[in-house]
Amino acid sequence: MMETFFIYIGVGILVLMFLTLYRGVVGPTAIDRLMAINVIGTKTTVLLVIIGTIFRRVDMFIDIALAYALLNFIATIAAARYFQARKNFIPGGWRRSVHQEHKEISDVD
Amino acid sequence: MLIDIICIGLMSLGLFFFFATTIGILRLPDFYSRMQAAGKGDTLSSMLVLTGLAVYNLHHWSFGTLLVSVKIMFILVFIFMASPTASHHIIEAGYDAGVKPWTKGEEKNEQEGKEN
Repeated sequence: MMETFFIYIGVGILVLMFLTLYRGVVGPTAIDRLMAINVIGTKTTVLLVIIGTIFRRVDMFIDIALAYALLNFIATIAAARYFQARKNFIPGGWRRSVHQEHKEISDVD
Repeated sequence: MLIDIICIGLMSLGLFFFFATTIGILRLPDFYSRMQAAGKGDTLSSMLVLTGLAVYNLHHWSFGTLLVSVKIMFILVFIFMASPTASHHIIEAGYDAGVKPWTKGEEKNEQEGKEN
């Protein structure tokens, strides 16, 4: 009975992951996509523990989930630092507007 | 049976908060509000589901299952610290890049490459 319940919870989390992937594909800015990937990674950590409980091998899947949580955290921090250093990659960022003002001034000249 | 009831309650509540997080990520108007929904709801729902699994794991009481439950609690504590930190860094990157916050009366910031 509890295995069926865990399978339902896992399928529900999987459906919510696919719904979150919409924001990762469509999201207007690069950091929206980064946020979606971070949320999907956190859900994956939970899903790994649920899979381990269904297979009755939690002691093995716990280590995989812990390593995945660490990797997800490091990847998010690294990507956020990267986009913080290169602001012109983000639509609506300041560098693009500065560039456009410069272009308008040069057009007037 | 009490352990099963506690586990079902915690995990159903966690799935509900995952659902609320996804609704917030899909429907809120701009980047900052979506980030708020993602950061808070994801942390709380992960903690609820993992607590339910740790409680269910104590079904057969022995030293091994206790160790596994403590390790699940380690994952929980790590998510509790790491997820707000990651949210803070993502928001800091967006704020430094000058992404404009949404104000009342504007359209939703949904279009690709829209100049705001």
